[in-house]
Amino acid sequence: MLRYLARRLLLTIPVLLGVATLVFALIHFIPGDPARAILGDVASEADIAQLRQQLGLDRPLAVQYVAFLGGLVRADLGTSLRTGSPVTNQIVERLPATFELALAAMVVALTLAIPLGIAAAVWQGTAVDHTAMTLSLAGVSMPNFWLGPLLAIVFGVELGWLPVSGRGGLEHLVLPAISLGAALAAVLARMTRATLVDQLRQPYVLAARARGLSRTRAVLLHAFPNSLIPIVTLAGLQIGAVLTGAVITETIFAWPGIGRLLVQSIGFRDYPMVQGCILLISVTYVGVNLIVDLLYGVLDPRIRYR
Amino acid sequence: MKLVGALIVGVVVAAAIAGPWLVPFDPAAQELALRLEGPSWLHWLGLDELGRDILARVLTGARVSLLVGLVVVSVSASIGAALGAIAGYYGGVIDEVVSRVMDVLLAFPGLLLAIAVVAVLGPSLANVVLALALIGWVGYARVVRAQVLQAREFEYVAAARAIGADTPRILIRHILPAAFPALSVQATLGMGGAILSEAALSFLGLGVQPPTPSWGAMINYGRAHVLDAPHLTVFPGLAIAAVVLGLNLLGDSLRARFDLND
Repeated sequence: MLRYLARRLLLTIPVLLGVATLVFALIHFIPGDPARAILGDVASEADIAQLRQQLGLDRPLAVQYVAFLGGLVRADLGTSLRTGSPVTNQIVERLPATFELALAAMVVALTLAIPLGIAAAVWQGTAVDHTAMTLSLAGVSMPNFWLGPLLAIVFGVELGWLPVSGRGGLEHLVLPAISLGAALAAVLARMTRATLVDQLRQPYVLAARARGLSRTRAVLLHAFPNSLIPIVTLAGLQIGAVLTGAVITETIFAWPGIGRLLVQSIGFRDYPMVQGCILLISVTYVGVNLIVDLLYGVLDPRIRYR
Repeated sequence: MKLVGALIVGVVVAAAIAGPWLVPFDPAAQELALRLEGPSWLHWLGLDELGRDILARVLTGARVSLLVGLVVVSVSASIGAALGAIAGYYGGVIDEVVSRVMDVLLAFPGLLLAIAVVAVLGPSLANVVLALALIGWVGYARVVRAQVLQAREFEYVAAARAIGADTPRILIRHILPAAFPALSVQATLGMGGAILSEAALSFLGLGVQPPTPSWGAMINYGRAHVLDAPHLTVFPGLAIAAVVLGLNLLGDSLRARFDLND
């Protein structure tokens, strides 16, 4: 297990370095002079020169790169151009909100997906299966930036049951979590169905039935636990979609997380903050993928010996 | 399901092409006196915040969405298929380099890199296509690489090599056709993904810029009027969901037909 862990950790290093390099390069993709692009055409030459110095753009590229990587090691992501405070501090302040939303969306997704997937697999080929799978296809096809406002219209405005903006108690979390979790639920329901259908064909399920177990017990106690590994793995891997979706959901529901910070920073051309948000979201994604991979190795020992 | 998918996509394509002949209104023409008016016999889907006909704008938006989808899929599939085939066929250092670049791009969740690229390059249709193709090619490259790795060991490929066929010929005539089923499924689903992504970027104000209608931007502007005029948000969203659902149904049917795994 330790060798497997060490190998997976080693493989992550070049990926993280690649991510950091691409994020570093972002500011250099700005057409023309980045400092002029940030400040606009009306800025004086002195202001532009000062910003170039603040961003370190007046130094050779290699020096900038090494300084950027050095900063990352010290968790120093630079200074926000809008607020003048360290990027890291503002991101750390927003992190809990995004994690809370992501977790809630995941709970919503699993709660909807598992019963739907089980029903579709058990009644494979029937109207239940077709309805469940059409529902899940509709879920995948429905943009969350459309579902969000629709939910806000119905449950926030028409019925007045739930608040439609900001972060507070559990009631603030419901609509953003459903809006973000719906598409994920659709993907997971399809996965649940596919893996369970596969398990139901296995001889051990037939053996369980032959021993006199009811169909429900054979499905829930034997086949379903065995299909949990790929479902949990996929749920973990879907964290990327959740984090990207959070950028949009947080914007719709004025949820004070990193996604909203990113969109606001793009509007203000606060590129150090944009770089910081992109880097943090990507590193979180790589980290979660690593954890899922390691868990997979723990849950299914065959993976470790490949 | 395949029929339903094809039908939905066919209707959207036909409506996008015939849009100007179907609706007698200019998508940019404003009737300010009637702004935010709901659906009526004259304006089937109502009017937006500037008194523009929503049906005319949804149909013009369909052209933008389909165009972005087609261009992104064509560019991504061409680059992805070429790089995937070369990496899979030659292996070694070339495969290592392509695979590591793919690993880094895959480390960015979903749309995030596209958001970042458009944020620095500036919002425009061309930059949206560039950003989506930049992340889009990886999916095609993975599919083709995996297929090529398998196909290069087949006897008919060895036979082609033995009779003196050169590498480009082996790749194009003998190996790539084996990857076609997987590629076509990826392209169909990828087109839905590209349309959704364009709409998401436009929703965030990073995509197609006004006055060109875009479904995502229409939903964004409609958000300010969810209380008094929900039709501004509902109809463009329905259009996105319908076309993406059609493409997903089509992609799923193709996958089942070619017997590929989910």
